[in-house]
Amino acid sequence: MLRCVRNDEKEKTMNYNVNEKGYYGEFGGAFIPEMLYPNVEELRQNYLKIMAEPDFQAEFNQLLKDYVGRPSPLYFAKRLSEKYNTKIYLKREDLNHTGAHKINNTIGQILMAQRLGKTRIIAETGAGQHGVATATVCALMGLECIVYMGEIDIARQAPNVARMKMLGAKVVPALSGSRTLKDATNEAIRDWINNPVNTHYIIGSAIGPHPYPDMVTRFQAIVSEEIKWQLKEVEGRENPDYVVACIGGGSNAAGTYYHFLHEPDVGIIAVEAAGLGIDSGESAATSVLGKEGIIHGCKTLLMQTKDGQITEPYSISAGLDYPGVGPMHAHLAKTGRAEFMSITDSDAMEAGLELSKLEGIIPAIETSHALAIFNYKTFKPDDVVVLNLSGRGDKDLQNYIDYFKI
Amino acid sequence: MNRINQKLEEDKKLLSIYFTAGYPDINDTVTIIQDLEKNGVDMIEIGLPFSDPLADGPTIQDSSTQALKNGMTTEVLFNQLKDIRKTVNIPLIIMGYFNPMLQYGVEAFCKKCSEIGIDGLIIPDLPVDVYHEEYQTIFEKYGLINVFLITPQTSVERINFIDSVSNGFIYMVSSASVTGSKKGFGSDQEVYFKRISNMDLKNPQIIGFGISDNKTFTQATNFAKGAIIGSAFIKFISENSIDDIPNFVTSIR
Repeated sequence: MLRCVRNDEKEKTMNYNVNEKGYYGEFGGAFIPEMLYPNVEELRQNYLKIMAEPDFQAEFNQLLKDYVGRPSPLYFAKRLSEKYNTKIYLKREDLNHTGAHKINNTIGQILMAQRLGKTRIIAETGAGQHGVATATVCALMGLECIVYMGEIDIARQAPNVARMKMLGAKVVPALSGSRTLKDATNEAIRDWINNPVNTHYIIGSAIGPHPYPDMVTRFQAIVSEEIKWQLKEVEGRENPDYVVACIGGGSNAAGTYYHFLHEPDVGIIAVEAAGLGIDSGESAATSVLGKEGIIHGCKTLLMQTKDGQITEPYSISAGLDYPGVGPMHAHLAKTGRAEFMSITDSDAMEAGLELSKLEGIIPAIETSHALAIFNYKTFKPDDVVVLNLSGRGDKDLQNYIDYFKI
Repeated sequence: MNRINQKLEEDKKLLSIYFTAGYPDINDTVTIIQDLEKNGVDMIEIGLPFSDPLADGPTIQDSSTQALKNGMTTEVLFNQLKDIRKTVNIPLIIMGYFNPMLQYGVEAFCKKCSEIGIDGLIIPDLPVDVYHEEYQTIFEKYGLINVFLITPQTSVERINFIDSVSNGFIYMVSSASVTGSKKGFGSDQEVYFKRISNMDLKNPQIIGFGISDNKTFTQATNFAKGAIIGSAFIKFISENSIDDIPNFVTSIR
């Protein structure tokens, strides 16, 4: 009994949001070269102020409604629920303009960049979803857009490269390292060092130096904000029993969890990519395989050698193929606030096919990882489980075709 | 007195050279250091290679990638350097990114540096504020000088803070760029060099980034105590051989 009370108190006093120094518990901060300091500091001093301005709010909300198509539906997945004997709701971020949650953040950041007087936008991209979302808002606002993308990813994501080019963006291949997302991020950071005055860097995930993880989380928080009132309408309560999201860097997860972080009744489930298996050497399950360290300007969990060299992750899903995880999520893992699960390539692919057949929705392979947990975790029949359907599977069609020999 | 402070008191313009440990060959580290000293270089920055060097351009990135492929690690570097003070007298600085040091343990890393006779560290992604709050006492305990960077965009207030935390020299980045990307200095740089020079800082300044030959070395040292060459040296030993180090150094001054 006494123990119970103590746990409740701990639950109430634990803060899962960023503190004034930019940390989530022991994770976060801004470990950046001095060359980036003025840019990051300018953003840190202004982001909350700008986001609170009524005209910013008005423009952001109007674009989310009329341009992105928000609110995205909260859909009760009847056949999927029957199969797994629980109540599964899908938050349909896949129905957003450009096909994923990524646009929530790029709309917010382009408005931020304009108010900071920036005229040139850079971004990194893995599969190309964030690159497309950035190129889209740059076209919308008439700003120059440069997207860094690993040479290997450019070859395997040709349709998204074409989309970015149609939208007027310049796609620059990252030729260093493994020539994938991690290296594209390095190149974008180097570009920012070389262009310190007129350029804003739109980071696509809840990573990077403070204030990026918090800023991206706040722009994505619209997802959990909508879940609350949408669930109230259909279930008569704002809080589900569980929220579920896949995690690479963790922007869709951050948005899905945000308004539930301090609601102890809501279970938080984070789904990482196990690749070919946790112990296979070909994995991206950072919470299991990672150790505390510094990547892309923040202290967090990352996959690295004993010697502190960052290692190459692997996942069939380009969006989860990242060796780190956002500092907020590292804190959720360390404190036990979130339950971390990992799903292999093959389980994810099967779950993607299953959702297609049961609900008529072809999900992104990233999202398929989250969908696969129902085979591994049993929920009660009256549990309400809200899963963020973070993206649509159009971009992954070739992967599905190759995998299932369709 | 720390060798860096002694060197800074000498009445001459200092030439400092950066190279990546473990490049071109894993066992070149000690030879390169000895040859640089023999040929009159005043100070050496030994680069501890990192997989993701954010502040570096392609030349140093590629040398780091190759050095890691060659098998360079923190432990290997410390082993290579364990007897370096039997033959080398000039100041030696280790330049590397923070994560490998964090994994080694910051205190263990500093202790090892002090045992070997390393005089200072340059860690581009350890900001001065974090250093000041969390690590300064450890560095001071082991007598290590930590060197901070300033750029043309660094505010006066921050330069003064960096000056107050520093006890060796200030690494003045010549222009907004990663290493190895600009050729030559224009009037913008001269204005910036003069502006800093006129601030009468407690610590002398040494200019780096964009120094590649006699002309840029002379321009830089007109306004500062010395200059650092990195990418141009790496490029030179890639295209020639480490046997040609005397030619490189004499071409600079």
